[in-house]
Amino acid sequence: MIEIRVQAEPFDPGAELARLEPLGSGAVASFTGIVRGDDGLVELMLEHHPGMTEGAMRTIADQAAARWPLDGVILIHRYGPLSVGERIVFVGTASRHRAAALDSCAFLIDWLKTAAPFWKRESFANGRSRWVDAKNEDDLAAARWNGL
Amino acid sequence: MALDILYFAWVREGIGLASERVDPPAHVATVADLIAWLATRSAGHAEALANPARLRAALDQNFVSLDAAIGTSREIALFPPVTGG
Repeated sequence: MIEIRVQAEPFDPGAELARLEPLGSGAVASFTGIVRGDDGLVELMLEHHPGMTEGAMRTIADQAAARWPLDGVILIHRYGPLSVGERIVFVGTASRHRAAALDSCAFLIDWLKTAAPFWKRESFANGRSRWVDAKNEDDLAAARWNGL
Repeated sequence: MALDILYFAWVREGIGLASERVDPPAHVATVADLIAWLATRSAGHAEALANPARLRAALDQNFVSLDAAIGTSREIALFPPVTGG
């Protein structure tokens, strides 16, 4: 089971995990990304390329499924305005092997950060806003999987 | 042939358009050629597209490098490096 969702609405990680657990895998791992309130940030606006996002996320999920013995993958990424403390992104994986569940989860969030067409704009309490710059460390995190 | 150009994030804001349909001249063969040609369309284009090293592209919804040939693609998206997750 591979499920990709791109949505403005909130999601419930507990409900998503409960959908992975009955697959009979024995191991379920997850990552949830949450908006941080650094430097007086009050809102994150997530823009995306609507025609492309779901396909790009599916490509990443397919790569994980080709690499690890996965019984289930759920990827959820939100777009639109998000407040501090809101959930942005969810990765859930199910496998017979704990290392496969954990490693594929890390792979998926590393690649979601660098190969899915989303852009973040930060708005601060003082009224300023700015587009977030891509981080070299994110590229390195994704690239490290190529050598493993 | 008509091409649909999509802009995202600060590229969209700088140009002041989310999309436009253009008919580039025959010498425009690659994404980099297209960026150079688009930069002549307005002051906003010129500024947003001034530094191609800061731009990324997708042809018909697939990421490509800027030296990729446009070929028979119908849609090109231009945007900064992605920052999701």
